[in-house]
Amino acid sequence: MTELVTPEIMQPLLPELVLALGALAMLMVGVAWRDRHDGLVNVLCALVLAAAAAAVLAIPPGRQALFGGSLVVDDYARFLKLLTLCGSFGALVISLDYLALARQQKFEYGALFLLSTLGMLLLISANDLVALYLGLELMSLSLYVVAAFERDNARSAEAGLKYFVLGALSSGMLLYGASLIYGFTGTVSFSRIAEATQTGAGIGLVFGLVFLFVGFCFKISAVPFHMWTPDVYEGAPTPVTAFFAAAPKVAAIAVFVRAAMAAFPGIGHEWQQIVVFVSIASMALGSFAAIGQRNIKRLMAYSSIGHMGYALVGLAAGTSEGVQGVLIYMAIYVAMTLGTFAVILSMRRDGQWIETISDLAGLSRTQPTMAFFLGVLLFSLAGIPPLAGFFAKFYVFLAAIKAGLYLLAVIGVLTSVIGAYYYLAIVKTMYFDEPAKRFEPMPGLLRIVLGVTGLVNILFFAYPAPLVTAATAAAKSLF
Amino acid sequence: MTWPILSVVTFLPLVGALFIMLVRGDAPFARGTARWVALWTTLVTFAISLVLVARFDPASPEFQFVEKQSWLGIANYHMGVDGISLPFVILTTGLMPICILASWTAIQNRVKEYMIAFLVLETLMVGTFSALDLVLFYLFFEGGLIPMFLIIGVWGGPRRVYASFKFFLYTLLGSVLMLLAIMAMYWNAGTTDIPALLRHGFPLALQKWAWFAFLASFAVKLPMWPVHTWLPDAHVEAPTAGSVILAAILLKMGGYGFLRFSLPMFPVASHDFAPLIFTLSVVAIVYTSLVALMQEDMKKLIAYSSVAHMGFVTMGIFAATTQGVAGGIFQMISHGIVSAALFLCVGVVYDRMHTREIAFYGGLVNRMPLYAFVFMVFTLANVGLPGTSGFIGEFLSLIGTFRINIPVATLATLGVILSAAYALWLYRKIVFGVLKPTVAGIRDIGWREAVIFAPLVALTILIGVAPKPVLDMSAASVAQLLDSYGRAVKAAAAEESVRDLARIDQPVRPVR
Repeated sequence: MTELVTPEIMQPLLPELVLALGALAMLMVGVAWRDRHDGLVNVLCALVLAAAAAAVLAIPPGRQALFGGSLVVDDYARFLKLLTLCGSFGALVISLDYLALARQQKFEYGALFLLSTLGMLLLISANDLVALYLGLELMSLSLYVVAAFERDNARSAEAGLKYFVLGALSSGMLLYGASLIYGFTGTVSFSRIAEATQTGAGIGLVFGLVFLFVGFCFKISAVPFHMWTPDVYEGAPTPVTAFFAAAPKVAAIAVFVRAAMAAFPGIGHEWQQIVVFVSIASMALGSFAAIGQRNIKRLMAYSSIGHMGYALVGLAAGTSEGVQGVLIYMAIYVAMTLGTFAVILSMRRDGQWIETISDLAGLSRTQPTMAFFLGVLLFSLAGIPPLAGFFAKFYVFLAAIKAGLYLLAVIGVLTSVIGAYYYLAIVKTMYFDEPAKRFEPMPGLLRIVLGVTGLVNILFFAYPAPLVTAATAAAKSLF
Repeated sequence: MTWPILSVVTFLPLVGALFIMLVRGDAPFARGTARWVALWTTLVTFAISLVLVARFDPASPEFQFVEKQSWLGIANYHMGVDGISLPFVILTTGLMPICILASWTAIQNRVKEYMIAFLVLETLMVGTFSALDLVLFYLFFEGGLIPMFLIIGVWGGPRRVYASFKFFLYTLLGSVLMLLAIMAMYWNAGTTDIPALLRHGFPLALQKWAWFAFLASFAVKLPMWPVHTWLPDAHVEAPTAGSVILAAILLKMGGYGFLRFSLPMFPVASHDFAPLIFTLSVVAIVYTSLVALMQEDMKKLIAYSSVAHMGFVTMGIFAATTQGVAGGIFQMISHGIVSAALFLCVGVVYDRMHTREIAFYGGLVNRMPLYAFVFMVFTLANVGLPGTSGFIGEFLSLIGTFRINIPVATLATLGVILSAAYALWLYRKIVFGVLKPTVAGIRDIGWREAVIFAPLVALTILIGVAPKPVLDMSAASVAQLLDSYGRAVKAAAAEESVRDLARIDQPVRPVR
């Protein structure tokens, strides 16, 4: 058993080690410094996330199975770990100013980010049902706490509780599904399950599969398991909402794809119907329900539901191109989401944060640069070329057409036209309406995040090769 | 010496836009700088695009000035022009300085953003016409929606929000279906390279579906009846220069798309569904001309007349005869000049009186003789009087259709009469008659407006009298297009008859 923890074997897990040790260290430092330097601890936490991202880049290429195959580190895991860490890092960076202004600087905030991200990384690498559940719970428990982070704020506490109750329910379903699958195949390992289901599956196993997928759909907030999303998005502190939108969804969709592809390739036609239905329902609800929203955080919740529907189009295709599409989609989605939340966090007037869309009126006159970048992000979210969001949709639909899912593709593009309406409505508010009162000047870090994500969205078309080739390699490693 | 001349023409306006972005503030000085930078950028772009004409070899049907760079993996950055696309590139670059000049005094708020939007739009329009890769084409084609949406919405009239949303969503809805067809074509042919796809024979089933998907996009863009309803709204609300670009160039993207994709890539489907296009074209010509007769707003009248004129274009293109296609292209060029000029004419009086209501004006000839002359030239060109550019296009497309389908051509000729009715009626109401006291103080056109109109008047008459250089430019490409079209249709017909024969050969089932 001693061989299990030799340095060579642990090297592929370096990012997780950095995060785990970093989180513990930050907790101790935070306690030692008491309440004096909590802001600094959160900055250090961001640095730990950056260090973990560097560690991901340092992992040697190729596929390594660890701990008897419970965890696997391959190109797919590396791509998604890097993406998740970018999402967490970005969300933590845009939190810093908020925490300072809202007098919510507590060192636990950063430490919870680290622990939650650690759970996400484990989830991405999970290659059996036990590792999957461990990663999922570590991620979720930390998320419940950060959702209720502003404990004196009733909305935040309500959001945390709501998320906890529904999240616990979904975890239960997932666990139930996992136990059914174990009962009918006699194994928890993805590769053994794949062997057992090669020739088809009995009704019991399909039941297990459905419960497992329900659990995943809860986590990525796909319809019909999306009900918690708008309330939690609206109630949670805004930087926490940004974190919810950016990082856990990447990890959850990563494990969804890996489980579907690695554990159940033999019964693809069984789960394909589920994914197609969930995808269509999410795209449709995401675009229709967002139209009536006045609160921009709620709107982003419905928007994210829709975007998960588009990402699932790639999974429904069930091919290497489809997985590539999902990966590109998630990468661009993270960039769009972080930028948009950087703007939402800057919507501050007279020392108060405001969240209604009409507050953005005439932003193009009062703060033209901010309006320009938000406009870019909104057109990108709507999927209008030449912005990055177009390419995200392009690759998933390309895969769907190849797989012969014409109906799914047609419904998908039609809902994207409907969805374009509410993004345009925000652009209209910013550009066509008479100016409202100015916002307070945008803090420097938010400016940087908005500028970087905006430029990524504008310039992606000029140099798409790095992301596309990385996604292609990552998708191939699953097949 | 070789330099990427087509990329320079495409992206130079973008450089100008970046430069204007760097100008700070909204002082009169900043506004002036923005205007001059935009004007010089468009003028230089136009000058460089004339190099394209000078070096273009009209005898060759192949794509010229080709540039190719690897880009997306599945798609490449592939640019080039042939005889069909080059006229549109020149039309775009030539009209842009005119648009900038036309907005010189009319636009007073947010001048910088306005100029940036126009320059970005120019890049996207030139790119649309010179892209030789389907994905790249789609990128430019759809990208144009963003600046146009802002131009209508920010600088438009009272109902600008409604008009801009309608424009955007209508066009997007058509285009996303085309995007799916592009994907299906990629999986069938293994490439999105346009020259390669032109040689690739698509299976019949895919041809039919893809043809309809492309129709959805181009019919909205052109626009064809019955999906034209966004156009009058967009035209009425857009600022003058926005209407000019919309009528002169954005509409032409639809016609260009039919010529570049529908006809050569789906020849059998185009042939089979030609009667559908003929029907829609004739309805467009007759119905929208009648609608134009009833309008009270000048811009709306010209907008409906645009729909009618585009009916001639689709009719000529899908007749798929040499005269028909050449007439369609010529009609688009001519309409690009004439409708642009007509919108500018409306802009002249609108800038002075701030209304476009026809009943408000009357007897302008007494105060604005020069304006009356200019307006007359374009009215007659719009009618299709021989000696103006409008005549050549309508005449050729009618001849071309006459060979294929006599009833359609006859009905379409009715539209020529109707166009004379509404255009002359508009002219009489506004220019002739008793001078209304409300417009008694109106000034004639000044030097800036004269500079704008002079080249347009000259071109309208010049290519009306001597159309050969324009026709020659695209002749070789059109001939090649129709040659491969004819062969594909013939092959499909032969295959069909073989299948019919095989069916006849089968033993007749004995009757019990």
